[in-house]
Amino acid sequence: MQTADAATVNSWLDTMATDLQSLLHPINPSGHDDIAMIGVQSGGIKIAEILHQKLQLTQPLGSLNIAFYRDDFSRIGLHPTVTPSALPFDVENQTIILVDDVLYSGRTIRAAMNEIFDYGRPSRIILAVLVERKGHELPIRADVAGQRMALESDVQVKLDDATLELNVLQSTAGATA
Amino acid sequence: MRGNDINRPSAGPTAHNIQLTDEGKLRHFLTVEGLKKATLTEILDTAENFAGVDERDLRKVPLLRGKTVANLFFENSTRTRTTFELAAKRLSADVLNINIATSATAKGESLLDTLHNLQAMHCDMFVVRHAQSGAAHFIARHVEPHVSIVNAGDGQHAHPTQAMLDMFTIRREKCNNGVGFHDLRFAIVGDLLHSRVFRSQIHALNTLGAGEVRVIGPKTLLPIDVEQLGVRVHTNLDQGLKDVDVVIMMRLQRERMQGGFLPSAGEYFTEYGLTPERLKLAHPEAIVMHPGPTNRGVEIEASVADGAQSVILQQVTYGIAVRMAVMSMALGGAGSGGAGSGGTGASA
Repeated sequence: MQTADAATVNSWLDTMATDLQSLLHPINPSGHDDIAMIGVQSGGIKIAEILHQKLQLTQPLGSLNIAFYRDDFSRIGLHPTVTPSALPFDVENQTIILVDDVLYSGRTIRAAMNEIFDYGRPSRIILAVLVERKGHELPIRADVAGQRMALESDVQVKLDDATLELNVLQSTAGATA
Repeated sequence: MRGNDINRPSAGPTAHNIQLTDEGKLRHFLTVEGLKKATLTEILDTAENFAGVDERDLRKVPLLRGKTVANLFFENSTRTRTTFELAAKRLSADVLNINIATSATAKGESLLDTLHNLQAMHCDMFVVRHAQSGAAHFIARHVEPHVSIVNAGDGQHAHPTQAMLDMFTIRREKCNNGVGFHDLRFAIVGDLLHSRVFRSQIHALNTLGAGEVRVIGPKTLLPIDVEQLGVRVHTNLDQGLKDVDVVIMMRLQRERMQGGFLPSAGEYFTEYGLTPERLKLAHPEAIVMHPGPTNRGVEIEASVADGAQSVILQQVTYGIAVRMAVMSMALGGAGSGGAGSGGTGASA
């Protein structure tokens, strides 16, 4: 089905970086290199790495594994875990850019925010996603989105981390991002 | 249920299918025996994530909120019960500690009656410690489908969470820079005949592909057919320790002995006590482990237990993360009931 090539995805990432800069400017006009960024495992990490570089942030990139905060544990059990969460900065009073590849139901971001607050009380969280899909189940919206899409519920959006190609696939039963 | 064949390496029941759901997920954790390497590795990987939780300021995750875990300790163990309790609390579960000695069982209520009552109170997990081999299996066969059992030590049969926390400690302390279990030499020393920890460790080490496993102890304290477990047997500690990477000391279980095994504790220390001089025979970077409680001056000298190569207290710390992993995996497996295709979960 519909696919965005790497050049297109790169142009979305450029737009995201520009949008984030103009969003951050009123918060801290003297620069935003002290702002922290967190990628949500596993899909958000690649996007976060690229944005982290484009914005030339100086604090090391954080990474969240939300397996212990998901709201579907009692229905489907523990998800296979990837790598532990690592937030190599003080969350307290921090402005945080939270990054994921796709925003859809909003449940991942809810879980991610719950986890972030277990580390401290950030002053502000900005949500940046490559793709914001229609179909939210919670009042959570992206502050910055590379692309907004209205797709059928039976398709899945998947970014290939190696090639930066975005594929829209017919999802097989039970597959979740 | 009476496990009187204590000379057999894996005395007690070995029904392992009961531990898994139809999809192969962990549902109970009764014994390491029969579990695949992938399952053991999943436990260790999950524990690695929980160790991260244990290292942050707020040592709690909401995973088991609303679940109730009952610690059923028919046999005393402060350390094991405490770490299970902490693990459950760090997962946000509610915890009941049932003191069996003063409970209804002492008034004549049967084990099954006790279980049925706890089920009626909507407990989701029983952590069971019992002096009889097979007790945890027995309970697992009689509980409702939504209840998970974790074996916290049954007779001389198994103590699977202790074995997995030992594996976790080995992986964290020794398996770096490409080194794996197959590259390491292990020595397990002491009273192995009476040790459920040893039996679980052997199964875990074999499944994880340990390079060389030596067992060291007096003949009277080694299981008769111990060679069949794929280990090398040494009755001389100095010879057995040569160049090993991991030394696992076992407690001399005097309370389980009824005469004839040993001349005296003092003589045991002379022959099998781990001293700084003897530890020098092992690899210079070898680690020293002990499941506790240690009998200082009986199987290990205090200066070794407190020394730079000792990871005994790390074992205690890691025990919490490993128990968090086992509890959350088992309760996830029991709760999911095969409905593994939720398309509206926390995806995307």
